Amino acid sequence: MNKTSINRLIDVAFRYFGLACTLFGLVMLGIFIIDVLIKGLGRLDWKFLISLPSRFPEKAGIYTALLGTCWILVLTALIAIPMGVAAGIYLEEYGKKSRFANILEINITNLAGIPSIIYGLLGLEIFVRTLGLGQSVLAGAMTLSLLILPIIIVATRESIRAVPRSLREAAFALGATKWQTIWTQVLPASAGGVLTGIILALSRAVGEAAPLIVVGALAYVPFAPKTPMDEFSVLPIQIFNWVSRPQQGFTINSAAAIIILLMITFLMNGIAIYFRSKWQKKVKW
Amino acid sequence: MNKKLEARNVNVYYDQTHVIKGVNLGIDMNSVTAFIGPSGCGKSTFLRLYNRMNDLIEGFRKDGQILIDGKEIYENGMRVEDLRKKVGMVFQKPNPFPKSIYENVIYGLRIRGINNKKMLDETVERSLRQAALWDEVKDNLKKSALALSGGQQQRLCIARAIATEPSVLLMDEPASALDPISTSKVEDLIYELKSQFTIIIVTHNMQQAGRVSDHTAFFYLGELVEYDETKKIFTNPADTRTQDYITGRFG
Repeated sequence: MNKTSINRLIDVAFRYFGLACTLFGLVMLGIFIIDVLIKGLGRLDWKFLISLPSRFPEKAGIYTALLGTCWILVLTALIAIPMGVAAGIYLEEYGKKSRFANILEINITNLAGIPSIIYGLLGLEIFVRTLGLGQSVLAGAMTLSLLILPIIIVATRESIRAVPRSLREAAFALGATKWQTIWTQVLPASAGGVLTGIILALSRAVGEAAPLIVVGALAYVPFAPKTPMDEFSVLPIQIFNWVSRPQQGFTINSAAAIIILLMITFLMNGIAIYFRSKWQKKVKW
Repeated sequence: MNKKLEARNVNVYYDQTHVIKGVNLGIDMNSVTAFIGPSGCGKSTFLRLYNRMNDLIEGFRKDGQILIDGKEIYENGMRVEDLRKKVGMVFQKPNPFPKSIYENVIYGLRIRGINNKKMLDETVERSLRQAALWDEVKDNLKKSALALSGGQQQRLCIARAIATEPSVLLMDEPASALDPISTSKVEDLIYELKSQFTIIIVTHNMQQAGRVSDHTAFFYLGELVEYDETKKIFTNPADTRTQDYITGRFG
């Protein structure tokens, strides 16, 4: 074999190697989803959604966990979105280049990489104990807000950085203040990216169990939260709890709950993709 | 005679770089003045002094005075938002907002809290007529400004700039991104607008300066080398550097 045919062989070999690597993750996910569907789909009905937890697997449902997840989702969104977007705007538009800004920047990037259970410990100490919020939905939402703040901040910064300077100049030259420029031009122009980041961050929050376990979300709550100060459970914790039980019935229950959780996160990711493509089409310079 | 715009011994620095060196310049009301000179000579920087757009740049410092109608515009009492209402600006690349034509024109009014429908409608028509764009877009005012051609976009930007009824119009190479037909439309427009506005135009195009301006200022390495009637600059410049530049020996 001469040099050229060896080079060609390497070329072909790499192509199939790369394809195999790409497919590996997808196939694993596919196998997992099919397995979960086979086990859980039969268990899934309306009654499963509106039943309270029980020690009998046939009677048990995810009502409290599902509502807990909704509460967490809404409260986390209310806390994390305004703070994350505001911080992103500040860092990108107002923060002057300085040593302080550099330190801030590096730390926010670092925050995104901190294991979620550490956030749980932080939430336990600050929100549950120091602020005296107890093991409440609010404490859980605040903890998850901390967790996803860096994601929202980074997404906001990247989207508003992509807005061309010429657009800002146009607004400034017409006598707009900085805030007017941001609010009427920069944010609308970057809304697609910001929204995408927010939704992806929230869908991450929905799937978290570890920090909430630390904060004190319970596996067994016989009622759904009625106020932000109530105790709560969420779907991932319910799933974790059921999986760790020996009875076959609970394994089936957890598969059914996984289907619901996956539906929620897939739906959110779908919305994010929709926003991204919609805005990409609309705005071009 | 009182000048509309006056610069007195102006120096500009970006950090340590001295980019405008001791410039004195008086500009008459309702005239067109062209700023010419090679790239990096400071003409755009100097233009942006009049509406304080340089303030946005980190490390910007200036001394000396810039007066509009005899008033120093860099003093503390002057609010830059009010100044920019009086001094409109058109940029090199057309930069319409990704909104409708209508909303583009009235942006300067909207941000000042003017929402009177009748007044806004009138402003849109007046500004678009002045910018020679009305006939082309009057039936499509709700259409996105981004759907217009480059030349139309630039005239829309001019309409947007004059909607707040400024008295001074700054143009930073307004035709350099346009095709020849759009360029000549913009040049005709400048000629029309002269009766109501004091216009300064930065240009790299010597013929353009000759066609549209009454006075020409030649900048070189941050200095104002020569400032005179355009006719004089192009036929009989006093300084050899001006002579060399306009005959294309450098720059």
